[in-house]
Amino acid sequence: MNSSLKNTLSVESHKRLLREMLFARRFEERCYEAYVERKIGGFLHLYCGEEACAHGVIEAARPGHDYIITSYRDHIHAIKSGVDPKAVMAELFAKVTGTCKGLGGSMHIFGVDHRFMGGYALVGGPFPLAAGIAKGIKMKGGDEICICFLGDAANNQGTFHESLNMAALWELPVLYVCENNLYGIGTRIDRSTAVVDQYKRVSAYNIPSRQVDGQDIDVVYDAAVDAIEHVRSGKGPYFLELMTYRYRGHSMSDSNAYREKAEERRWGERDPVIILRDRLIEAGEMTLDDYKKLDHEILEQIEDEIIRFAEESPEPPLEMLEKYVLVENDPWVRGGAG
Amino acid sequence: MAEMMFWEAVRRAHDEEMARDPMVICMGEDIGVAGGTYKATKGLYDKYGPERVIDTPISENGFTGLAIGASFIGVRPIVEIMSVNFAWLAMDQLFNSAAKVHYMSGGQLRAPVVVRSPGGTAHQLGAQHSARMEKVFMGIAGLRVVTPSNPRQAYGLLKSAVRCDDPVFINEHELMYNLKGEVPDEEYFMPLEGSEIAREGRDVTLFGYNISVHWALQAADVLAKHGIEAEVVDLFALNPIDREGIRQSVSKTHRAVIVEEAEPPVGVGSEVMAIINEECFFELDAPPVRVSAKNVPIPYNHKLEKAAIPSPDDVVRAVLKMFGK
Ligand SMILES: Cc1ncc(C[n+]2csc(CCOP(=O)(O)OP(=O)(O)O)c2C)c(N)n1
Ligand SMILES: [Mg+2]
Repeated sequence: MNSSLKNTLSVESHKRLLREMLFARRFEERCYEAYVERKIGGFLHLYCGEEACAHGVIEAARPGHDYIITSYRDHIHAIKSGVDPKAVMAELFAKVTGTCKGLGGSMHIFGVDHRFMGGYALVGGPFPLAAGIAKGIKMKGGDEICICFLGDAANNQGTFHESLNMAALWELPVLYVCENNLYGIGTRIDRSTAVVDQYKRVSAYNIPSRQVDGQDIDVVYDAAVDAIEHVRSGKGPYFLELMTYRYRGHSMSDSNAYREKAEERRWGERDPVIILRDRLIEAGEMTLDDYKKLDHEILEQIEDEIIRFAEESPEPPLEMLEKYVLVENDPWVRGGAG
Repeated sequence: MAEMMFWEAVRRAHDEEMARDPMVICMGEDIGVAGGTYKATKGLYDKYGPERVIDTPISENGFTGLAIGASFIGVRPIVEIMSVNFAWLAMDQLFNSAAKVHYMSGGQLRAPVVVRSPGGTAHQLGAQHSARMEKVFMGIAGLRVVTPSNPRQAYGLLKSAVRCDDPVFINEHELMYNLKGEVPDEEYFMPLEGSEIAREGRDVTLFGYNISVHWALQAADVLAKHGIEAEVVDLFALNPIDREGIRQSVSKTHRAVIVEEAEPPVGVGSEVMAIINEECFFELDAPPVRVSAKNVPIPYNHKLEKAAIPSPDDVVRAVLKMFGK
């Protein structure tokens, strides 16, 4: 592949990752359609264009073992962490078979069995939660790490600085991954942020950091392996900045009118799925026809398995409304077990 | 009188106040170049420029605090917080600085800042985007809270809030920006205290505010068919709240139902009931009732979401029950 990379993936891994990333793309595009068809409600934030970020980092981690937490743009992080895409789609369809029984919605996918600790809707909210999970890991003495994926604009919340300080001070095993797609809704990064290179902002806390291309999965994976090794070996937090771009509006209610067409075209030419596809084709590991076949299979799987499951699942019963407000049957509510 | 939409009324108030006083500024996320999530500042960036129409970073506590600090020395900021759910983050500055500085400085400093923010349950926005926070804001001494139910109020309340030397929180609603209504052509200032009678009646008073005024009005239409003439009182000011207006209406109808979009504990309903208790208990012919949301975070599923918040039907049912029907 690229000779400057230290950590490389096998051809088999490449093929699997291509499938996963193409699946992610088609999954999100299908969500778009389902939203237009009013099968999905609320706010819907799609991940198209940013696939190599979650896939490259989580590929280098140990999903199911390491903890992962993110923002509202969370479907693909959940799926790559091991959450069943059928349950994700069912959640979006507000069905009882969804990841959160239809109570959460797109911005709140959870898969705690897979240590996917959830998507959160308040910008900057997960920074301290991730540090707290890392604190828990440290107390328990395991070799897990916590990976927190957030956007560039989130770094302007106080929680960013507060969490970095605590994570560095207490040497917490947390990897902060900044998916820098250059925008916070309609505001371009240089209009909201004094220092545009996000990795530079963490140097004040003596946290090692790096900025790499977020469109090339090999580059992301390579950087993530090193970052994760640093964190897992007990050296404290790390900050990885991935330069990326979202191919659609911020959410479904965003007109996307603020971005220049030339910029969109430029990033469109650096499509993470196509980059990996062409790499495999150039290496003689795949033909364009193979790719088309794969695409077709994925589209079929999404329609026949995933959408169908979501469509056919029942809605949550009305009694669910008041179910999870407080923990049920906690003996301490009565002052003890007796 | 011209008809305009709620967002246009808010925008007009901004525009007039900014044209009048060069110290009036507005700031918030995506309010400048993008014109605001609900268009409340549309076109103002081009008209007044980036020094006065400020796109902020996503730093709610920071930019609210900055606005408060600027207000100490003569700037008149109108802050938009994109959604009340994000105003939780700004509560430190709003409560600890804006609401208290006049008092703790022994009257030396003032914080004439306006913070506008929409709340409420909209369309399946889920637990973290469906807060109704008026109940939190209205309990803070030193902070005025108003909540318009129509474009005229939205315009007139913002006009007065900008001129008032107290910090004012304006609680808007995500579902009401396209609501149409008459707004006077000439300049118009609403008082920041008081209430309005949205519909006269003699049998029962329905207290509402913001969106729940509309639910109360719809319920009153239905109740009229049952022979019950409901009075609808619009509590557009929540702090201070109109004790005298509450007393007068209940003294006339002898029955009270409070309609609130929020959960029942510690809210407009409980406050109005306490006031009735204190002001006119012996006027009552029946125990007051509140029609509130379920005491739950808001679920994503549409059916459950609808079941979580009150509807005009719930109001009708509560009133009929009160009359033994
Ligand atoms: C505390 C808070 N403030 C504002 C918002 C509204 N909001 C949602 S996403 C967003 C932009 C975030 O941009 P970024 O962190 O770069 O992530 P991206 O959406 O680009 O992935 C804003 C302002 C919010 N959800 N929470
Ligand atoms: Mg961004």
